[in-house]
Amino acid sequence: MLAQQLLNGLVVSGVYALFSLGFTLVFGIQRILNLAHGAVFMTGAMVAYYTVDGGGPLWLGFILAIVVSGLLSVLVEIICFRRLRKTGDEEFGGVVSSIGAGLVITTIAQQVSNTQILRFPFETFPVVIFRFWDLRVSMLQLFMAGAAIVMVLILGYLFYKTAFGRRVRAVTDNEHAAMLMGINPNRIYSQTYFLAGALAGAAGVLVGLAFNSISFVMGDPYLMFGFAIIILGGLGSIPGALLASVVFGMVQTLTIAYLPSGLTDTIIFAALFLILLIRPHGLLGQEDAGNLGGRR
Amino acid sequence: MLEVRNLKVAYSGIQALRGVSLDVAKGETVALIGPNGAGKSSLLNTISGIVRPEAGSVTMDGADLTGMRPWGVTNAGILQVPESRKVFSEMTVLENLSVGKTALHGRAADYDLSDVFKVFPILEDRRNQRAGSLSGGQQQMLVIGRALMGGPRLLLLDEPSLGLAPVIIAQVFEALAALKTQGLTILLVEQNAHLALSASDRAYVMEQGKIVKSGDSAALAEDPEITALYLGQA
Repeated sequence: MLAQQLLNGLVVSGVYALFSLGFTLVFGIQRILNLAHGAVFMTGAMVAYYTVDGGGPLWLGFILAIVVSGLLSVLVEIICFRRLRKTGDEEFGGVVSSIGAGLVITTIAQQVSNTQILRFPFETFPVVIFRFWDLRVSMLQLFMAGAAIVMVLILGYLFYKTAFGRRVRAVTDNEHAAMLMGINPNRIYSQTYFLAGALAGAAGVLVGLAFNSISFVMGDPYLMFGFAIIILGGLGSIPGALLASVVFGMVQTLTIAYLPSGLTDTIIFAALFLILLIRPHGLLGQEDAGNLGGRR
Repeated sequence: MLEVRNLKVAYSGIQALRGVSLDVAKGETVALIGPNGAGKSSLLNTISGIVRPEAGSVTMDGADLTGMRPWGVTNAGILQVPESRKVFSEMTVLENLSVGKTALHGRAADYDLSDVFKVFPILEDRRNQRAGSLSGGQQQMLVIGRALMGGPRLLLLDEPSLGLAPVIIAQVFEALAALKTQGLTILLVEQNAHLALSASDRAYVMEQGKIVKSGDSAALAEDPEITALYLGQA
């Protein structure tokens, strides 16, 4: 039973990781909280649903979801943050404008979906259950875990092993010096937002499949959890976001399994406060990460 | 090589450059000295495209760079080593140097990793260390090395001696002299006038956004006004 729950928790963790990696990536590079990230996640699920609903195969929906969410995220950056950055108001102005963008996207989705909860047709994802020892694992769970692991590995490779990743980290570290080395920060921002949006969109599809329930408000809880995860991990830290996603996924799954369900959020957020009391900068956070804009 | 003509820059109404003209010829080391706030860094940042001028022009070998964005300026072979070092502190020494290659934009590299390590051997020993953990002198060497990786035809240096111990300053300037011997053209901004004049062929003196004097460095070092104002010998 415990092993089964740990396995379920790991699958949930993977989805959280996909969502919060993009969130923390954007915070790391711009010190901005993109509060439209939840709406981008929801858009991914919607795109996949309407692709399947229109007769397309799920794999196509998955790819379209990733591309559309990525592009939407780039659009959010250009509309919400780019102009504010020129005036230096992006920290708090950006919070407000990204809430606005989130509302616009959510409202459009509400109109399109007619305020309905959407469900994929039966067997959109083949229902196959594997059993080994005492564990039950569905093919969907394997796919979710696999997709999350592959995407995290790709992101890690891009970020730490390629010239592109070095440019992103250079802009994160010191935008002024990066510009003097011939890097165009706006291009790096667009690329980063695309990655962040694509990961969120992928997470949206996985969540939509897992619960077979897609609605225009499905991004809201994830935005809140994502927020808690990147604080817990240490703002802007990629390994921190991964670790915190696992902590959150596990705690959530185990409390749902063993305790009254109403207590889940209470326990999660109490745990968050407790950890922050001991480690104010998060699990793997830098000393100055909480200091908004401090590294500029 | 570099021609700056009548450059004017203002930040929110405050005039930082009031019509600056200067030239740097190929192979020269030119120093720009003057007190804090004279506009020396503003001039470098305008040449680099970080700041846009109100009037005037910047040309490099006849190509107009006025108002070009920084990545365009680096593509023309003008690389700036910024003030107070600005290494990418969370990245390793090797990664910092590798980011410098972005400035090539596909141009052929004049300096590769082994050239940089020849100029600054300490960087090779520290190559896998976090740049933020280096000493001030090593960081200064790293940012110069990083700019070299970008294939500079003209190197702009902003206060390379700032906050460094005399022994380290001597090492950095020895390296710059070696680079000059290899044919690198350098525009050097320094508050330490004595150091700047001894390391350069020609110099400009800047005060309140204007060039007030220029000439051979050796001659300026003898100029009574300069010695009184900047060399601390009344």
